Amino acid sequence: MQLLLKYRTQAFLLLALLVSFVVSQASDNIDGYVLQIMLVAGINIILAVSLNLVNGHTGQFSLGHAGFMGVGAYMSAAVSVEMGPSILGLLGGPSTLSHGVTFVIALLVGGLCAAVCGWMVGVPSLRLRGDYLAIVTLGFNEIIRVVFQNTSSSGPFGGALGMRGIPDYSTFFWVFGIAAICIYVVASMVNSTYGRGFLAVRDDEVASESMGVNTVRYKVVAFVLGAFFAGLAGGLYAHLFGAIDPKGFGFLKSVDIIIMVILGGMGSTLGVVVAAIGLTTLNEQLRDAEKFRMIVFSILLIVMMIVRPQGLLPVTFEKKRRKSA
Amino acid sequence: MLEVNQLEVSYGTIKALHGVSLKVPEKSIVTLIGANGAGKSTTLRAISGLIRAGGGQVKYDGKEITNQSPHAVVSKGLCHVPEGRMVFANLTVEENLRMGAYLRRDKAGIKEDVDYAFTMFPRLKERISQLAGTLSGGEQQMLAIARALMSKPKCLMLDEPSLGIAPMLVRAIFDQIVKINKERGLTILLVEQNANLALAISHYGYVLETGKVILEDSAAALRQNPQVREAYLGD
Repeated sequence: MQLLLKYRTQAFLLLALLVSFVVSQASDNIDGYVLQIMLVAGINIILAVSLNLVNGHTGQFSLGHAGFMGVGAYMSAAVSVEMGPSILGLLGGPSTLSHGVTFVIALLVGGLCAAVCGWMVGVPSLRLRGDYLAIVTLGFNEIIRVVFQNTSSSGPFGGALGMRGIPDYSTFFWVFGIAAICIYVVASMVNSTYGRGFLAVRDDEVASESMGVNTVRYKVVAFVLGAFFAGLAGGLYAHLFGAIDPKGFGFLKSVDIIIMVILGGMGSTLGVVVAAIGLTTLNEQLRDAEKFRMIVFSILLIVMMIVRPQGLLPVTFEKKRRKSA
Repeated sequence: MLEVNQLEVSYGTIKALHGVSLKVPEKSIVTLIGANGAGKSTTLRAISGLIRAGGGQVKYDGKEITNQSPHAVVSKGLCHVPEGRMVFANLTVEENLRMGAYLRRDKAGIKEDVDYAFTMFPRLKERISQLAGTLSGGEQQMLAIARALMSKPKCLMLDEPSLGIAPMLVRAIFDQIVKINKERGLTILLVEQNANLALAISHYGYVLETGKVILEDSAAALRQNPQVREAYLGD
């Protein structure tokens, strides 16, 4: 029991992986529509938790998360569409294993490309603060969208038409397995001695510097790691719907993710997970009233800021968890 | 121990320091007094690397540390307690102290030093799991000093520790500053507007005016100096 308590974060990760595997095997019994919403919710969890590392824990304001997602989606889709057949051939034809290997390679390429973008945006711009950083990341988001939009429509990225015919590899196991890993990595990072540096940077950069915390490095680490997971989420997204286009990774998608982080509570991993699930479901409920979606979200945000500015879950909850950790 | 030569700092086109030189001998308390905008805080910030020096030189322990990044300076044992306290408002008192030991890896030593901080400032112990942002101004200043000590510095730079704090607590804080100087042999560079208080506990003092050192002497002599008495001690 003691052992279980000591390694409970690892135990949580294993359990989550196991559950997602079991559910994945039985996913044929779940209604297709419901399953799809669950998978979208899972992808949103990854996006929100990873953005929370940047915006919530480290206190930076990134408005470009969908840009990293887009990079991951396009790059991983390109790998599985262009190189998929040859990888499958190398592994002796289509099988569960060879599909899995192809998908892992595609996801990793997507994630790493996004991480490199995160680094490229991060290193020069993280010396900026607040509004300035927000503007730079917003600009980055638009650049990514416009670059993919202006690729040749006969090329691999398909220009404004986007890519289609991406294999549907994203199963319940992959989505929720990666979501669990993302939560595990972010949570264990923030709760470590090293990770307290993130919280310190958020609270006061000058004081952190004078305590010996390398604030720029922390910000870059948060940015790169956040971008990596956003890239993975993008890859999962591409292989869930089988088709992507540049519009899906614009500013509005970034705002969607930010709303999840704010509603869940900046810096509260659990709260953000709850908000990601809730908002995904709400989004589906509002499908018939598409025009009013953003209005409903805005009202929700305003009410939230007045009633519970700290987010869905009480701060003390996080505190208690941290103390016992 | 700490030596500053002809330090120059500019904010944009405005020159804030016109070649400030000062020496802080080991195990002494040296104070920097002067009016608002004289460049006291700027001097400290330039020494600890929070802002860039345009010219001049900072030497610590015989080695040049001019314009090194702040975290590198801290790791050498020179710790800066910035003006306005700046505790981590969303961390508890204990977490703040542990943050101070960020660069240390010796668990036992850290535990010992947390206990030492609590004997120094018992009020902090009463508030151990309280969020630092909910402490009073004086308690936050105590926490900021205690947190700085957690990095086991050899030299501590304090910027306006009495700013906006109840007189009772100012007394307690200054008593502790003297005590850590005596007991732990810590070298202290103190910046204060409250010249009376600062000169009372210091060994040596520098008077700064519009970015220049206009006067330096032993603290006792400065307290007797008619010029200082009139300008800073309110005679």
